[in-house]
Amino acid sequence: MTKDVRIQVGVADNLQEMALKVPKNDPRPWDGNDQLKYIGGRTTRLDGVAKVTGAAKYTFDMRLPGMLYGKFARSPYPAAVVKSIDYSKALKAPGVKAVLPMQEKLPFSVRFVGQEVAGVAAKTLNQAEEAAKLIEIEYEVKNFTVKLDDAMKENAPLVWDVQVKEEASAGDIPGQENTLPQVGNIRGPNVSARNATKEEIDSLVNASYVTSEGVYRTQVQTHSAMETHGVVAKWDDDKHLTVWASTQSTFRTRKDFAERFELPEANVRVITEHMGGGFGAKFGADTFGVMAAKLSKVTQAPVFFMLDRKEEHWAGGNRPSSLQNVRLGANKEGKLEAIKMLCHGSAGIGTGSGTGNPFKNLYPCEKLYVEESDVFTNAGMGRAFRAPGHPQGIFALEQGMDDLAYQLGLDPLEIRRRNTSHEVRLKEYEIGAKKFGWSQRNPKVAADSGPIKRGVGMANSVWYYFYGTGFPATIQVNSDGSVEIMNGVQDIGTGIRTVLAMIVAEELGLDISEVKVKIGDSDLGAGPASGGSQTTGGITPAVRKAAYLAKQKMREVAAPLFGVSPEQIGFENGRAHVLGDPSTSLGWQQVASRIPGGQFKVVAERKKDYFGNQFQIICGVQFAEVEVDTQTGVVKVKRVVAVHDCGRPMNRLTLESQINGGIIQGVSYALFENRLLDRNTGHMVNPNLEQYKIAGSMDIPEIDSTVIDVFKGHNSTSAMGIGEPATVPTAGAIANAIYHATGARIYDLPMTPDKILAALA
Amino acid sequence: MNKFEYAMPQDIPQALSSVQHSGAVFKAGGVDLLDLMKEGIIAPSRLVHINNIEALKVISRTKDGGLALGANLTIAEIAELRELSGAHQALPQAAGSTATPQIRNLATLGGNLCQETRCWYFRDQNFSCSHKGGSQCFALQGENYYHALFDNKSGCVRVNASSISIALVALGAKLRITSAESSRDVSVAEFLVAPSQDIEKTHILERGEIIEAIILPASKPHQRSFYYKQKEKQSFDWPVAEVAVSWVQKGGVCENPTVILGAAAPTPWRSKKAEAVLAGQKITKKLAEKAAQAAMSEATPLSQNANRAKVFEAVIARVISWAGGVDPLQEGK
Repeated sequence: MTKDVRIQVGVADNLQEMALKVPKNDPRPWDGNDQLKYIGGRTTRLDGVAKVTGAAKYTFDMRLPGMLYGKFARSPYPAAVVKSIDYSKALKAPGVKAVLPMQEKLPFSVRFVGQEVAGVAAKTLNQAEEAAKLIEIEYEVKNFTVKLDDAMKENAPLVWDVQVKEEASAGDIPGQENTLPQVGNIRGPNVSARNATKEEIDSLVNASYVTSEGVYRTQVQTHSAMETHGVVAKWDDDKHLTVWASTQSTFRTRKDFAERFELPEANVRVITEHMGGGFGAKFGADTFGVMAAKLSKVTQAPVFFMLDRKEEHWAGGNRPSSLQNVRLGANKEGKLEAIKMLCHGSAGIGTGSGTGNPFKNLYPCEKLYVEESDVFTNAGMGRAFRAPGHPQGIFALEQGMDDLAYQLGLDPLEIRRRNTSHEVRLKEYEIGAKKFGWSQRNPKVAADSGPIKRGVGMANSVWYYFYGTGFPATIQVNSDGSVEIMNGVQDIGTGIRTVLAMIVAEELGLDISEVKVKIGDSDLGAGPASGGSQTTGGITPAVRKAAYLAKQKMREVAAPLFGVSPEQIGFENGRAHVLGDPSTSLGWQQVASRIPGGQFKVVAERKKDYFGNQFQIICGVQFAEVEVDTQTGVVKVKRVVAVHDCGRPMNRLTLESQINGGIIQGVSYALFENRLLDRNTGHMVNPNLEQYKIAGSMDIPEIDSTVIDVFKGHNSTSAMGIGEPATVPTAGAIANAIYHATGARIYDLPMTPDKILAALA
Repeated sequence: MNKFEYAMPQDIPQALSSVQHSGAVFKAGGVDLLDLMKEGIIAPSRLVHINNIEALKVISRTKDGGLALGANLTIAEIAELRELSGAHQALPQAAGSTATPQIRNLATLGGNLCQETRCWYFRDQNFSCSHKGGSQCFALQGENYYHALFDNKSGCVRVNASSISIALVALGAKLRITSAESSRDVSVAEFLVAPSQDIEKTHILERGEIIEAIILPASKPHQRSFYYKQKEKQSFDWPVAEVAVSWVQKGGVCENPTVILGAAAPTPWRSKKAEAVLAGQKITKKLAEKAAQAAMSEATPLSQNANRAKVFEAVIARVISWAGGVDPLQEGK
């Protein structure tokens, strides 16, 4: 059963009418003409006060009666075989309750410094740490390789002596798993071609009017979320496990635990009430989760198992490095004619270093050839990290575009305009250029005369709309008028808790303070993983529909009170009234007091979008202004103007916060962050937040973020995600601004003073 | 971290007696001490907390017009001390650019001078390095961008972490070191130990000794000083280059210059070559650049830090110009 609706769709204020068939029980999709009270506005976080006062309890804050603390003994060698483990001293240490090996069968291999070998549980964290040092492990030490270029050599020590299968996490781009050849430490290439073979692409580039060539390198960046990885695991009985987890996916984590301990999923409860960030590194049970549950089982006590900052850097995941060979060809007008990109990157012992997606998806170019290969090194495994592959790829591709523009004497923004027809992108260029004052830019490079030179640059973002289905949102309305919205989705810090309340309040005509949100608990029904920027797009249509169904129920309750039929009832400002006649009204609570049985529940599920699974690009553009000290090489980012889109904005306030965060993380990636492994021992030399440098408050530029409205009508909310797109272009824009300031192109991240000076020399 | 006793003496004699216990160490702000304990680099059996000792917080004039600063004054207090403006401004400049506001509120002047190097091999217990009594310097063939550019041939290429020591050496400051039996004054330059003297030691303080005060000599007429720390990040960062200078300047002419480089060598590095260029000359941008080149001509970069020498050269020239009242960022001159 469907109904016909007509809605206004389009970009910003450029709207047109669209006819759409939607299921009969669905609300009419919000469109560009709707005047909404909460949605698209600015609502402060419901949990903001709890967070800043410390009242909010994170996994790290969990303290249960009789709780033990877990800690790993980790390999000090980058490559070794664990021959034997002697627990006797550790077991005798004060407070120790259990010691367990990471793998049951000996011998087993370890492939990076910091890999888990055995776990210990003790009464205090300090006792666990001290006991872990007392576990005596006999290693057979092997040759290793930690640098990308060394690992690619023919005679390099082999990181893996078996074929590696890629395991996708919820943070990866769906459908990217593959089976590829593996020779030496190189796995790949994964080839993507469009109307050109490897043989043809070079001559196509060569035949172009103008070409840009570059070898770009990007470093390893660790996620460094404020809350480290970890869980508290507690067995309620032999068959029931409760886990408090700092996770981006309560349900993926539950599934992992259920599989690992051979339990029905319903017997595992995962709770994530508040979470201190993840950036893609926190999905699933993980090594510490499994160890915590095992230790909890043998000790029959809850086990707290959180990583410390050092462990977080070693083994908590990272953005893989890259080495990208880029060749671009364009015609006289600057239109791209051929793209060639060959990349090698290292995700340590893992896979997923490819940077090809921006090359494939940002500009329509008929001839394209891309090869992506993973290079194994004896280092901690890469994991999905805020737009996997994209900040790396954009750093290379957008510098190449910039180079083509300067060669042609074109404005770098103009060459982008000539290479896109995307309505959203063009609108973003217009808004961003105006806000930034791009037209006042000096077309000359290195134009400033003093040693400190200013420059401006820009780069595009490119990301995609992903969503999952089947998530049930439950709303309960009680006779005292209270309204609860329930779903198991976790709030990783981006504010979905607040967005859910906004949607319910909007649909029911209530004040947001009257809506209670229960989330972050797998008992509340499956929710989306917070990866791929899909939380908001994934859950909001189900929530809106549940609220719509609750409204229908309340209409039925209210109708007899007014002596009209249910469809004639409207809800506004916390009151029910007859549509078209606001003169007589009843309070929401008065109506609720008549709910038969004192309460009702409605459940609505996330269904497929009305247009099915259409491939949709999320755009975005950032403009940066930098100041380069050409004598010391120090770069300061003065200003970033960002214009992004994510369908229909839900909460503009938290959206802008995510964009600000994406830019800050992008500045940090561009200038500072660098996981540094000692070439002689494979040890990370900067596993802290002091020498692993992250942008601090003084390093943050003036930021101007804008989110434009894109009304698509693809579901009832039209929401999409912003988490990833916001960090994609920043490093590329900064690199282009450095070029404009100095005339020197920096091909290597992070762009530290020594590299700037070397490029200027 | 190991278990330890915690003592809280109220005066210097009590403190000196309490620290006689084997494995005892002084704890003032505790900033560096706790870092070292958490990393397992040291495992003291007793911490003698000296922050309650009022005598260590006193500021007084010395007989010859100098200034004695109690060792327990915090870095934040030093950064804002009015008596230190003018000729001695290099000291509050160094203090104000140290660490973060939170650390500056806790860390003390004495503790700052006693802190260990930030060398990442020294601070990792997996590396038994020469400064910890081991047989090799891991930085020499390892990741050494931030390591020494000078005095790096003695088996340990660490750099001294105390920015304040750089300013104090430039200002000719002394430390009053007190024990139960006696009291002595030593210059800050002598207080800090280079690897060629003793590879494991950082300073000369012996058990049973305490830094009572830091003594700045009376400023001379027309004396000026300047300190600057060049960081990669603007928030909380260690220097890639830092320089403190002091001299007497009459009619633009520089007399008796001291040029001290930090983050350059295991101890504050005095550049006599730069001083020779400056002495008796009128400070100009050109002269400053010449002195900076002279200073860096002595550098012996390691495998990875030759480019840091270039950063240094720019910073030395700027600091000399700033101290001399010349704008280094102006074109020409």
